[in-house]
Amino acid sequence: MKRYSAFAIAREAARYHSGWERAWRSPEPKRKYDVIIVGAGGHGLATAYYLGKNFGITNVAVIEKGWLGGGNTGRNTTIIRSNYLQDPSAAIYEKSRSLYETMSQDLNYNVMFSPRGVIMLAQTHHEVRGYQRTAHANALQGVTTEFITPQKVKELVPIINLAGPRYPVLGGLWQARGGTARHDAVAWGYARACSDMGMDIIQKCEVTGVRRDGGRVAGVDTTKGPIDCDKLGIVVAGHSGVLADMAGFRLPIESVALQALVSEPIKPCMDVVVMANTVHGYMSQSDKGEMVIGGGADGYNNYTQRGSFHHIEETVRALIETFPMVSRLKMLRQWGGIVDMTGDRSPILSKTPVDGVFINCGWGTGGFKAIPGSGWGMAELIAKGRSPLTDAFSLDRFKEGRFIDESVAAGVAH
Amino acid sequence: MLILECPYCGVTGEETEFHGGGEAHIKRFGPGSSDDDFHDYLFTRENPFGVHFERWRHVSGCGKWFHAARCTKTLEVFGTYSAQTTEPPSDLRAAISDKRPGWTWREFS
Repeated sequence: MKRYSAFAIAREAARYHSGWERAWRSPEPKRKYDVIIVGAGGHGLATAYYLGKNFGITNVAVIEKGWLGGGNTGRNTTIIRSNYLQDPSAAIYEKSRSLYETMSQDLNYNVMFSPRGVIMLAQTHHEVRGYQRTAHANALQGVTTEFITPQKVKELVPIINLAGPRYPVLGGLWQARGGTARHDAVAWGYARACSDMGMDIIQKCEVTGVRRDGGRVAGVDTTKGPIDCDKLGIVVAGHSGVLADMAGFRLPIESVALQALVSEPIKPCMDVVVMANTVHGYMSQSDKGEMVIGGGADGYNNYTQRGSFHHIEETVRALIETFPMVSRLKMLRQWGGIVDMTGDRSPILSKTPVDGVFINCGWGTGGFKAIPGSGWGMAELIAKGRSPLTDAFSLDRFKEGRFIDESVAAGVAH
Repeated sequence: MLILECPYCGVTGEETEFHGGGEAHIKRFGPGSSDDDFHDYLFTRENPFGVHFERWRHVSGCGKWFHAARCTKTLEVFGTYSAQTTEPPSDLRAAISDKRPGWTWREFS
């Protein structure tokens, strides 16, 4: 792989850009791999990358039904933060956030990580107490967050209206080192690095069945024929239930549609990410100038990757009170993604009842921020059978009553 | 936008008039049941890519709970029926079979 650098740009400029390589190969599947990862989204590719980088396992295939990064990786609102309440969550999300800081250098691929800061607005007294509690918990966990006054919120976000009659801004939970990154670039950067290590990324190849030999996984059936493997990682977000059904176990997960929309591009007006969980809305400004707005989830099972129109109306209506300038914006486009929700709003990274099958799912409405940390922990889990990052997120936590309740931090919106 | 018909008051309304209540026909396992049964009753849910049966409530109408049969792949609503039953009515199952031959959901097909 040729490295990307300022020198490479100068070199290619001098020869009509004829020397750029394809970022990753598109091979036909081999007969057998040590590890197969199903799902070439951020989490799947990150899992493959850290399998190779941290554990030297490079005989790996990443199988994708559609195209690389075409699911939730390309549909989220790109927010990165780690201000969760519970210790296991803080550990994995903070690991993830710290990996984002060095990701561009690590992958030699510019993921445009922008640590611009994230505010979660407290708009009810209940939220004030909740976020103060989270700030105290974060202080003990070593995650730098701060509960700030409405005046400080106004300094950070001049376009905000503090004195909304229905939802006044009473303060905010501020994480200065949170921010955003280019979501497609995260998937592309991992894919390029995986391909460079000799891994096969096989797109447009749908898994149609999981083959077992006794109680152990033997391989998968795909639309490109059967492929054998020693270990199988299922990292397919919304379709986790479908894959689990093929492998012969059930999950405490329901898939629903979560949607987002962007406005027309405008001049820079807000250089932080603002989340308003009481009113189900969150907003940031992209580098192109579009206001990126995330909304609520539909209240019923849904695989259609499109949202309901009335949720857009609710989201925008709520934002107009807090951000009056939104009322003059035209919205450009809207889309939905299928998110896999667990009962305690925390993910599942776990062994499964089938020997050799591992599952990484349940990230619900907030998986993008977790991509590198999730891949790091999942790779260790697959390689060694357990990982300190993922132990608490095992599938049996529901039966044992070890919930990781993040409904305040994660239940509404991301 | 889903369009549902309330089987009690007969009103046909948009989904904003109703509220989803999750999976239908869940059998309760209480004290004395096995850990596995209790776990499945509390946490494990059907999450089908296709035919699904759910509970809905006509919140902005008569306020009654009822059941709906729906496709999670296309958002087609096959029909709604009374809450006073522990399984989907046979005529509705036959109607679904016409549209989705070979469908299964839990023990029903």
